[in-house]
Amino acid sequence: MKLKLIALAVTAALATTAQAQISDKVVKIGVLTDMSGVYSDIAGQGTVEATKLAIEDFKAQAKPDFAIEVVAADHQNKGDVSSNKAREWFDREKVDVITELVTTSTALAVMKVAKEKNKLALISGAASTRITNEDCNDVTVHWTYDTYAVSNGTAKAVVKQGGKSWFFLTADYAFGHSLEKDAAEVVTANGGKVLGAVRHPFPGSDFSSFLLKAQGSGAQVIGLANAGADTMNSIKQAAEFGVTPKQSLAGLLMFISDIHGLGLKTTQTMYMTDGFYWDMNKETRDWSKRYFDKMKKMPTMVQAGMYSAVMHYLKAVKAVGSDDTQKVMAQMKKTPVNDFFAKNGKIRDDGRMVHDMYLVQIKKPEESKYAWDYYNVRATIPAAEAFQPLSASRCPLIKK
Amino acid sequence: MNANRSVQIAYAIGLVLLLIAPALIYPVLIMKVLCFALFACAFNLLLGYTGLLSFGHAVFLGSAAYITGHALKVWELPTLLGILVGTLGAAGLGWVIGSLAIRRQGIYFAMVTLALSQMVYFFFLQASFTGGEDGLQGVPRGTLFGLDLADDTNLYYLVVAIFVGAFWLIQRTIHSPFGQILKAIRENEPRAISLGYDVAKYKLLAFVLSAGLAGLAGATKTVVFKFATLTDAHWHTSGEVVLMTLLGGMGTVFGPVVGATVIVSLQNELADKVGSLVTVIMGVIFVVCVLAFRRGIVGESIALYKRMIGEKTE
Repeated sequence: MKLKLIALAVTAALATTAQAQISDKVVKIGVLTDMSGVYSDIAGQGTVEATKLAIEDFKAQAKPDFAIEVVAADHQNKGDVSSNKAREWFDREKVDVITELVTTSTALAVMKVAKEKNKLALISGAASTRITNEDCNDVTVHWTYDTYAVSNGTAKAVVKQGGKSWFFLTADYAFGHSLEKDAAEVVTANGGKVLGAVRHPFPGSDFSSFLLKAQGSGAQVIGLANAGADTMNSIKQAAEFGVTPKQSLAGLLMFISDIHGLGLKTTQTMYMTDGFYWDMNKETRDWSKRYFDKMKKMPTMVQAGMYSAVMHYLKAVKAVGSDDTQKVMAQMKKTPVNDFFAKNGKIRDDGRMVHDMYLVQIKKPEESKYAWDYYNVRATIPAAEAFQPLSASRCPLIKK
Repeated sequence: MNANRSVQIAYAIGLVLLLIAPALIYPVLIMKVLCFALFACAFNLLLGYTGLLSFGHAVFLGSAAYITGHALKVWELPTLLGILVGTLGAAGLGWVIGSLAIRRQGIYFAMVTLALSQMVYFFFLQASFTGGEDGLQGVPRGTLFGLDLADDTNLYYLVVAIFVGAFWLIQRTIHSPFGQILKAIRENEPRAISLGYDVAKYKLLAFVLSAGLAGLAGATKTVVFKFATLTDAHWHTSGEVVLMTLLGGMGTVFGPVVGATVIVSLQNELADKVGSLVTVIMGVIFVVCVLAFRRGIVGESIALYKRMIGEKTE
């Protein structure tokens, strides 16, 4: 009604033997994401399409006897808008699960509403490790990545590849600080050296003085502990000032859409960690082509992860024959996640879905053979190493 | 029929509507509207009745939101006390910012308030207790007289009570001798000085009162949504409250309420349908408002009403 309803076929609902336990015989998925703001490229409409693809495939494979509906809304990266919408969806629209939730403040707000209403939240786009640590709960799964996975993966791998001396360019707010701290610890733990760090205001536009300082440090690697437009601007300006390719940059939180936006000329030889690359194997290529036909862009890990999460959820609903939150969650945690996105992925008790991550290096322009041919996958970071170990968890649900 | 009587009837109708509204409209949305309406009313007290354009009012909303959030979550104070602490905190901050800002007038006043509020904003961004850009999350709503406020309906009536109380206070202030002096300052400051009023003191008092009421709105908002984020203290929010007040009708009692209702419900309804165009639509509304009906929705309605009775009596 009030929401942008993306109505889907409901023919399956006509089946007469519908399980009584699925409330009103409809499983309703709410995609709450940034449709218009800075994160609409990495998440946005693409996650809605990915959700629809998952439902399409699930219907074809599993022939469910319940209907599946999708609603989507723009949370504008505002906590109060998302919390308001989430309450309305759970209370009035009988939404069973809210997904996506890019921007940590919106994710934290909605997962608390979900806990209160005993519904599920499947988070793909938000980055903070707070979701599975201080603020963890038993109705939330953090699916795709977090700051630990992307920063530690990159730092560790780059040091191992010979990038021993580091200098950090850090956005001066909590997110940047934690990114820098996490990465710096890994660098020193693996025998590297941190020569220093410079903090830039958030959001920044002129990075020249900070970059010159980084250049002057003589570090082999400049770690970018920032995100979004700040990262894009610092990479562009690093190329302009000739910082790269002499010193290499390591993006601690980047997406393939950033590479697409900046172009290979400015980003070449950079290292980053990604949870998904469309050109890994036949499975990923097949799915990504389908996605590409709809969106005219290749999926980011957030969008691919969205498919994986929705698919796993629907399978669990089918398996337990109920949309009861606790039962579905138990089933989801019990079964490994196996699809084009994750191999033997596992949902831990803190809500973290652990799966392999990939260390990639951006190709040089001459190496790129076709559109979106951007990554050289340098290493696979096994699930056990990619994410924060449970022993370091600050989640109250984890008993030590 | 005299104007007083019709205003009283309007109040009565408004109150009844507020009491039955949750049956018709989603209560959380109305609570949000009420919080912003109170915020706009507080702002209007300063702009509409004292003639001071503060361009940093969001900082009072935001700081009260954070203080209340911290008080409820970490100090575990009872809900009402938490709201009170937040309100007093905002009033205190209002005293500091106000006493600096009122030394200048017009555009300089607006710039000083903007600059000071940005300083506070960056403090919130850096301070550890606010959670930075992740926001202060998971604030408990608590209980009141044994009623569980986690229940939306219970909370709704608390929010209505707060709103009505604050609205009454604003109403009383406007019609008190103190309010008359504020209006005199707005109309002609040198004249008010020549009449022997300590203008600076009155301005400061109005500023603190307005900041405190804006804080009350922010504190209530935290309890409703269970969190406080940087959006509350951002200058966008300061701009939004100007828009709400002008659209509804500056210097009218009901104007800010109408303006806040229109803006908040538009944001809520349109956001899903038009995406990023929402800001463009807001801009167009603002331009049309300034060009075509400068007195705002309520201001124009009152003018129309007066013209109508005028015609009848003639």
